[in-house]
Amino acid sequence: MTQKYRLDKEGYINREKSISFKFNGKKYFGYQGDTLASALLANGIHLVGRSFKYHRPRGFIGAKEDEPNAKVQLYKGAKTEPNAVATEIELVEGLVAKSQNCWPSVSFDFGAINNFLSRFFPAGFYYKTFMWPKSFWYRIYEPIIRKTAGLGVAPLKPDPDRYEHKFEHCDVLVVGSGPSGLGSALAAAKNGARVILAEDKSKFGGSLLTDQVTIGNKTGKEWADETVEQLKSLPNVVIKNRSQVFGYYDHNMMVMFERTKDHIESPNKYIPRQKLWYIRAKEVLVSTGSIERPLIFGNNDRPGILLASAAKEYIKKYGVLVGKKPVIFTNNDSAYDTAIEFKKNGISPLVVDIRKNSEGAAVKEARGLGINIKFSHAVANTKGYLKVNSAIVGKLNNDKSGYESLENIPCDCICVSGNWTPTVHLASQSGNKLKFDEIISAFIPNQSRQNETTIGSANGSFTLKKSLEDGFNKGFEVSNKLTKKNIKSDPPTSNEKSYDNYEKFWCMPLPENKQYKRCVDFQNDVYVSDIELAIREGFRSIEHVKRYTTLGMATDQGKTSNLNGLQLVSNIENKIVPEVGHTTFRPPYTPVTIGTIVGREVGKHYRPTRKSPMHSWHEKNNAVFVDAGLWLRPRYYKQGNETLQQAAKREGANVRKNVGICDVTSLGKIDIKGPDSAEFLNRIYTNAWMKLPVGKARYGVMLREDGMVFDDGTTTRISENHFHMTTTTAQAVNVLAHLEYYLQVVWPELDVNVLSTTEQWAGAAVAGPKSRELLKKLFPEMDVSSEGFPFMGFKEENLSGIPARVFRISFSGELAYEINVESNHGVFMWEKIMSLGKNMGIQPYGTEALSTLRIEMGHVAGSEIDGRTIPSDLSLEGMLSKKKDFVGKRSLNREAFLNPDREKVVGVIPVDKKTMIPEGSHLVKDKNAALPNPKLGHISASCWSVEYNNPFSLAILKEGKKRIGEKLYALSPLKNKSIEVEVVSSHYVDPKGERVRS
Amino acid sequence: MLEIKCPYCGSRSQNEFSYGGDSNAKRPELGKEVSDKDWDNFIYLRKNPRGKHSELWHHVAGCRQWFKVLRDTSTHEIFKTAKLTDEL
Ligand SMILES: [Zn+2]
Repeated sequence: MTQKYRLDKEGYINREKSISFKFNGKKYFGYQGDTLASALLANGIHLVGRSFKYHRPRGFIGAKEDEPNAKVQLYKGAKTEPNAVATEIELVEGLVAKSQNCWPSVSFDFGAINNFLSRFFPAGFYYKTFMWPKSFWYRIYEPIIRKTAGLGVAPLKPDPDRYEHKFEHCDVLVVGSGPSGLGSALAAAKNGARVILAEDKSKFGGSLLTDQVTIGNKTGKEWADETVEQLKSLPNVVIKNRSQVFGYYDHNMMVMFERTKDHIESPNKYIPRQKLWYIRAKEVLVSTGSIERPLIFGNNDRPGILLASAAKEYIKKYGVLVGKKPVIFTNNDSAYDTAIEFKKNGISPLVVDIRKNSEGAAVKEARGLGINIKFSHAVANTKGYLKVNSAIVGKLNNDKSGYESLENIPCDCICVSGNWTPTVHLASQSGNKLKFDEIISAFIPNQSRQNETTIGSANGSFTLKKSLEDGFNKGFEVSNKLTKKNIKSDPPTSNEKSYDNYEKFWCMPLPENKQYKRCVDFQNDVYVSDIELAIREGFRSIEHVKRYTTLGMATDQGKTSNLNGLQLVSNIENKIVPEVGHTTFRPPYTPVTIGTIVGREVGKHYRPTRKSPMHSWHEKNNAVFVDAGLWLRPRYYKQGNETLQQAAKREGANVRKNVGICDVTSLGKIDIKGPDSAEFLNRIYTNAWMKLPVGKARYGVMLREDGMVFDDGTTTRISENHFHMTTTTAQAVNVLAHLEYYLQVVWPELDVNVLSTTEQWAGAAVAGPKSRELLKKLFPEMDVSSEGFPFMGFKEENLSGIPARVFRISFSGELAYEINVESNHGVFMWEKIMSLGKNMGIQPYGTEALSTLRIEMGHVAGSEIDGRTIPSDLSLEGMLSKKKDFVGKRSLNREAFLNPDREKVVGVIPVDKKTMIPEGSHLVKDKNAALPNPKLGHISASCWSVEYNNPFSLAILKEGKKRIGEKLYALSPLKNKSIEVEVVSSHYVDPKGERVRS
Repeated sequence: MLEIKCPYCGSRSQNEFSYGGDSNAKRPELGKEVSDKDWDNFIYLRKNPRGKHSELWHHVAGCRQWFKVLRDTSTHEIFKTAKLTDEL
């Protein structure tokens, strides 16, 4: 139960509330307010994982989102989450975590053999070694690499948690709640702006939580708490902790995730796990702070070697010592604050400082406390396998190329500091071209491309005074652009230690004749030698060096490694860093779990489901549904143990023999009104429309401007200036947009209005030789004779008191009618038809039978109108008016479209009259020809012909019509089928179309 | 995601709109002779400038109106939007 490295005081933890958790199968205790990282460190655990490539033992480097090593797998089963960052996980009762990338255990890892073979795994190793033979890649190399490399394990079961999306607008979004963030949020809010302040940690305050500073007459922490309370009390402020703004997109669209559940011990089950916020901010203030830069030295990646700021943060925020015999290694003053914190808690650190001297306030304070300092010294190497146990410290020679002497200093942790790197990720994502600041040796934002302003240490202002001024001033400026209220708040006075200059030196020399590994990118396992190799091999662009070595390409996006890598390249090439340039920062700033990005759009909520008004009837009658675009349509109505094919045969045969009813509600319907409606249709469709009489329907084909068939359907003239257009289910939305385009953009002079009425009408097709008899029963007053109601006729009738539109149109090729009533009467209509048709043997039929009927009739549909066919390919040349122009007509004269060899629609039957031909099969002359076997065409649609009781397919075939009677082969390598087929007419049944006119 | 100001509805997110190409591309007049070259240019050879581009957008998930947008294709900055009948 004892936490050996926990202090009795310090930290924002609740020592009254002990929390148990499991790490690598062992039970530990921490306190409420801990992160997984601080709780492990309190228990003396540094070893948390293995490095990516060489499986070197690794421990914590940081205390926040910059952590490159401590990636763990959380929980088990469906809830498991890979690559979670231990420094970002708040401790809750029952938390289960384990190390990744190690087998069988983190302390004995089989893959560590890679470390001893490392001279065989340099940069570019994968590129060089696994190039050939090519066939080895999939079978041998990749599976092996996947097993030994890689990070966590993705869950195999659906995510049991719920995630939500939220959309928000604001005047000013402030990212980060350090001194500049809090200051700017307050100044902007007081100036009347609608402000959102987002902090990714559980506590607000940023550096104020750990720094020994005063603001006004308060400590930094007190000022932060008070400011947060003040902001919370303002009605125009939304203030969010546990909320990471991870992406900066166009037009100030900011994306943030909020952790809403995982930190709660027994959460209400209705709470989503995370929320994804889309925030459209008029102005964005980036106050994301800065990240400490590591120093590079021999074996600098052992567990126990971490950032000095992290060591301080573990003391100040969690009351945890990262070690009891610390060495502090620095090139600047800020690490002295860490030394002072150790000292105050009874631990005597040794400071190793590269510089010759320093007169900064912290250094003086450290001296006053009796802290041992070695100036002009560096850590050259370290020892200790699973945890550092000593530092090899040497006095640097004058040009820092080597050491005058080396000594072994026992220690249990090394806290390093290479000064600070502004967190410019969001600014860079916004399109800001960064500039290199020589004073801080780091990139800072330059000219903003969007309404983005970077402030505080993210902008390279490393003093509290400057950060507060920056915050208050910019908070006022950007808010005043919007509110123009001129209410200015002054920054408070503050007090902090002054810092002396840092030394621009990061990469320590190796002791003579030693080849120690010096790590640059901890997460991707990139060493100084890899970067040297890349340059030796001729890589010059930093983007190439990055890809060759994988520097900065891990999930931590090189937060601690980018600048050190750039500095190395610049040193080797003798260029200054800005000439080397930097690589591109991309969202997300920290990893985001996929569930958050997906939100509620999973399972049946993945997209909307459209159902016809008769849907419940279909359900009650054993319909098996199929997706047709967004619609759910009955595919067949299952009887007993029928298969799909048996049911389609039965339903189709009943249409051919008796009468069937099919739900056609999903067909697109567009109401067209206005004096120029006929003229408009005449331009849109390929055939003539001016003389269509009122009360008649006509089949129409429309093209795209490039001549390809776009859609087909029937359009009916309801009255002189009123038409009812139908489209295919699939193209309904696109046809409407197409019509609107021509009416609004191309021919605004036409007086026509179009409106989708798809959902206003319930539609039923009644098809089969007995359909006329049924129609007579439905509408006793109606003249249903072929003369009184001919093919393509239209009448408005009365269905037992309900207005109905009756069309004599047919998709099945049988004598058929379509009846439309207002949607809310759909079930009434359907049941009426079913009951009156009962003694005629009526049966409902689904889309499978519908397809069968249309295929054997040779009616083209979506599988033939696939965007690559022109009218003559589909035997629709008869639909092309020669007397008028129409959309797409001019393209039909293109040379390729006049080529007689074009692929055209034909019918195909298997020679054995038994084997169904898989859709998508290729038609070839010789089934044994050498690959690639010349393709003559493909099977577009297949069915089991009801009429002939054998398989029949439609195909798009080169020189199609000329090949009728020819024998070919249909090859389907996917289904492993090779079928001998005969080419026949596409109009397999009733080629003269007598039935529809009967 | 862009924010586009529909001249009829006001500013909305890009996912309410669909893109319609160069607003200056004029469809050759119906029923008039047009050379192969002019027709090909209209159908296939659209300008793809880096920088300012005047284009059509359709407010499909809104008022269903087509309108004009002056946008920088490299920065996505939108300078102005206008009804079809108005000048950009
Ligand atoms: Zn609109």
